[in-house]
Amino acid sequence: MRFETLLIANRGEIALRVMRSARRLGLRCVAVYSEADRDAPHVRAADAAVCIGPASAAESYLSIERILDACRRTAAQAVHPGYGFLSENPHFARACGEAGIVFVGPPVEPIIAMANKSAAKRRMQAAGVACIPGYSGKDQSDARLADEAQRIGYPLMIKAADGGGGRGMRRVERRDEFAAALASARTESEQAFGSREVLLERSLEGARHVEVQVMADAHGHVVHLGERDCSVQRRHQKVIEESPSPAVDARLRARLGELAVTAARAVGYVGAGTVECLLDSSGESYFMEMNTRLQVEHPVTELATGFDLVELQLRIAQGEALPFAQDDVELRGHAIEARLYAEDPAQQFLPQTGTLERWRAAQGVRVDAGVEQGTRVTPYYDPMLAKIIAHGATRDEARTRLVAALRETCALGVVTNRDFLIACLTHPEFVAGKASTGFVAAHRAALLAPAPLESDFLRAALVCYACGPRAVRGARPPVGALTQTIELECDGVRGSVRIRREGATLSVYSENGEPLPAAIRDGDLEIGGVSIAVDHAWTDGLLWLQAGGAVRRFSDVTLAARARASAGDPLLRSPLAGRVAAVLARPGETVKKGQSVVVIESMKMENHVAAGVNGIVTEVLVRVGMQVAPGARLAVIDPEPAEQA
Amino acid sequence: MPKFESRIDTQGRAAKENRETSLARIAEWRALERRSLDAAQAAEKRFRERGQLMPHERVALLLDTGSPWLQLSTLAGYAQEVDDPRKSIPGGGSITGIGIVSGVRCLVSATNSAIAAGARQPMGLEKQLRAMDIALEQKLPFVHLVESAGANLLTYQVEHFIHGGGLYNRLAKLSAAGNPLITIVHGASTAGGAYMPGMSDYVVMVRNRSRAFLAGPALLKAATGEEADEETIGGAEMHATVSGLAEYLAEDDRDAIGLARELMGVLEWDRSVESFGGEPPAYPAEELLDFVPLEARRSYDVREVLARIVDGSVIADFKPLYGPATVCAHARVAGRAVGLIGNNGPLDPAGANKATHFIQVCCQSGTPLVFLHNTTGYIVGVDSERAGMIKHGSKMIQAVANANVARIALHIGASVGAGNYGMCGRGFNPDFAFTWPNAKTTVMGGEQAALTMEFVARGAARRRGAALDEAMLAEQRSRILESFERQADAFYTSGLLLDDGVIDPRDTRAVLAMALDLCASARRRSLRPIQFGVARP
Repeated sequence: MRFETLLIANRGEIALRVMRSARRLGLRCVAVYSEADRDAPHVRAADAAVCIGPASAAESYLSIERILDACRRTAAQAVHPGYGFLSENPHFARACGEAGIVFVGPPVEPIIAMANKSAAKRRMQAAGVACIPGYSGKDQSDARLADEAQRIGYPLMIKAADGGGGRGMRRVERRDEFAAALASARTESEQAFGSREVLLERSLEGARHVEVQVMADAHGHVVHLGERDCSVQRRHQKVIEESPSPAVDARLRARLGELAVTAARAVGYVGAGTVECLLDSSGESYFMEMNTRLQVEHPVTELATGFDLVELQLRIAQGEALPFAQDDVELRGHAIEARLYAEDPAQQFLPQTGTLERWRAAQGVRVDAGVEQGTRVTPYYDPMLAKIIAHGATRDEARTRLVAALRETCALGVVTNRDFLIACLTHPEFVAGKASTGFVAAHRAALLAPAPLESDFLRAALVCYACGPRAVRGARPPVGALTQTIELECDGVRGSVRIRREGATLSVYSENGEPLPAAIRDGDLEIGGVSIAVDHAWTDGLLWLQAGGAVRRFSDVTLAARARASAGDPLLRSPLAGRVAAVLARPGETVKKGQSVVVIESMKMENHVAAGVNGIVTEVLVRVGMQVAPGARLAVIDPEPAEQA
Repeated sequence: MPKFESRIDTQGRAAKENRETSLARIAEWRALERRSLDAAQAAEKRFRERGQLMPHERVALLLDTGSPWLQLSTLAGYAQEVDDPRKSIPGGGSITGIGIVSGVRCLVSATNSAIAAGARQPMGLEKQLRAMDIALEQKLPFVHLVESAGANLLTYQVEHFIHGGGLYNRLAKLSAAGNPLITIVHGASTAGGAYMPGMSDYVVMVRNRSRAFLAGPALLKAATGEEADEETIGGAEMHATVSGLAEYLAEDDRDAIGLARELMGVLEWDRSVESFGGEPPAYPAEELLDFVPLEARRSYDVREVLARIVDGSVIADFKPLYGPATVCAHARVAGRAVGLIGNNGPLDPAGANKATHFIQVCCQSGTPLVFLHNTTGYIVGVDSERAGMIKHGSKMIQAVANANVARIALHIGASVGAGNYGMCGRGFNPDFAFTWPNAKTTVMGGEQAALTMEFVARGAARRRGAALDEAMLAEQRSRILESFERQADAFYTSGLLLDDGVIDPRDTRAVLAMALDLCASARRRSLRPIQFGVARP
């Protein structure tokens, strides 16, 4: 049962995290990677690394065959699945066992028992664990589900029975929305999990997401390591987690712990697992599901209890007994984790891609990062960049420390949720420990970035002036005097700053000529006599600036045409001599930039003449069959106002 | 090598007084420069309404942010176009200088169309010709921001018309020599002006604003009876789509400048940056104002000036004990080796010999020469004539004229008589010539000129035995004094393009560093000459 070589069947921060503990136990670490991750930090950190296929997860990180093959090639005797990917896949756990490889996780049985949410609920109900009222039956007919929905009442949740991670999950407010929501949840579930089975649950208003960490060895010992509160969620996915929960007292903790241990015992659980519950506003708790793996948010438990969960997992997998009993578990202080994602809170938290041009992790807190400066964030995998975890004697101490750490964190080149996280952590409701799962939806507007300030433009302009794409390179003799204006746009707002250089001296003025207290000295920015650190990066002419608390993107519009969109010509002309083969838009029709308007046939080739701007076709100057000369006018488009500056 | 030990008292009353006079003189010059900006202001509203940028804004946006900007001939035409110098608006109708566009150092010239609709001003032609000559000599791309209603027919002068051909001659030579010519036509560029874009390698035109034609509606109707509007005859769109005179069609001034910058950015060109380095002088440049006098008669050690310009104030004095009134020294400016020649008195036979020797050794080692004019000329007198002053002076002038290294003239004080020649005055085509506001340039002192004329008159009267009209003599004396005084003035000579511009003494090191770098880059750069310049199909 002892092993010396561990293969980590995962990527990113969790692969690095697992390696850290494994190394400490003297294990040799093997990484696997897809072609998209060739240069990823986890590949370099490992003792050996195996490429397991193309970027697509289905052909790499989700391929049981390729991972087992990698184990054989590197003589790995054990596999740690991390979270996500194959971590809760019973086929994988079984295949490992059949191949004589230790699966660092629970046995196959409990995975299967908990894999289907409906089955798990039925099993828990049988074991006497309270569950959220709802329907988790096998009859999946539309009629039955509609009836059950009516019985449960609105609002309710539709969940993919085989799902997770918020996918295939819909909240339904009213009866007339049910059918459509059901259809879309089923479709998403089928695509993501290959199953159309759903369950229905009452939506508990004002409830908190509280989960209990359990740890069980193969010798029949089961303990819980206290709870985590993961109520702050967007898109049904956690972003901030903490331990202990501000809503849980010692009595409730004992009760929840008992519930979790009961659940784990009921399925013969071994290893690290998490029992997720909902805590309603009256303090009632309901079993939701059990995750049979290490959770993303496990570090808060580690900081609050002092245990290394990955180390415990590895010891248990090697047959060791838990080295402590329930009474030895004590929560010390408070830990909070924030998940830094490449996503845009202003666009429904849509995942973002790009290159992390600048990355600096905060000091003095725990940062579990899977990225480094220069990492490309690809669309193939989960867009989480890092987890930042702070610990303090009190909740407020931990919170304050985490906010400071997030402010210090610099991630530029990809849109992240950093500012959103700071806004959540400093919101009075969160500060008071009152955030429920409805927190983000309720305070959406307040949690999104406010409009850029004049001082943001000032900082950006100074950076543009000193080191933008238009800035003079190298040390040059400071000859003459020159007043240059820099005009910037940020979130649709324009601002301009005038910088006058006289010899080596710079003076800065607002648009209307008022002196501004700013200076650049030896490349350092000074505002109001105070030297300020301005982290910035450039991508495609866009300036990313971490100014004060917020990350903003500025575009230099100084030389952008004011008269009309410089991006395109409103007049369509024939690029060559030929015959008009088709006219694809009529006057009055709205066309998009790049949309074909006229087709010119010449030398047996069709040439599509496309609109240069978004707008409305005001005139078509040719008819099908007409011969046109090169440069002949074909049509006129009235550009849409948004393109007019 | 030792650091120069300054002996200037910068705290005393004399220093304070000198400083005040110097600052007043600098302020006077700056006020003259500001006149064209102030005059342009009247046109601002009109420019804004047309969606145009002011000429100075066009230049500022064209240049890289933080770019050095060595403006040339800012006083061009000063006191030439009106009788009252107080009403003169210097500048010659253009904004011209050397700055950096997309990493490339360029000669930039913009019509100051906010003044008299861009019509050429007195000395404006000379300013343009000089700018093109600099571009040719220093191998710089030429960026031309054009907008001119053309010459004012009311002040037609045939010689301007003929000499104006020199512009087009130079455009052809620049293109053929391998200096890219980029022209933005911001507005009208008609008749002769139409050859400005016509002879450029790249032309950017602005939609609805650019006009280029040989004859506009009025002349066309007068000449042939044909009637057409300006846009049809020579609008930007016509030239971009039909005539092919314009390569790029911009939506407005900003867009046009952006296009020109992009174009410069993609041109194959050596963009290497020689950084402005070297240890700064040990003495602040500010102190130059404490001892450099407005009155040339007050003498000081020119090495005190050098110590406030050269790296670390370290001066290797050449033959300090021989011909000490002429100072020759090796030093570095912003890391670059230079040979400096200055005056601590008149040029005498020993000094002329020493300078000749020094010029030759600098040529031998390829060291650029800097001449700091502060001389009352070659010494006169029986002894010096007997010592062969003429032949020693001639030898020096020969060396200056034929020196094959970069030569930069700095008028820091007096530049009198043949001293102007020996110190590489404008007639000797230095690469650059700059003037401090206190400088004076004259063939001889006004006092001496008046006295000479008086002696001549008295002698003639005596020979004729006639009585002398003392009143007439006094009147002649004051006329000569006034004429010499007026024409010796730094602003007046600069107005006549006898230099490349006035500079603040405190900026000398930076200007010199840039000029030396320009000369060195030009000597390093090999262009790709083509036989006839770039022609449009």
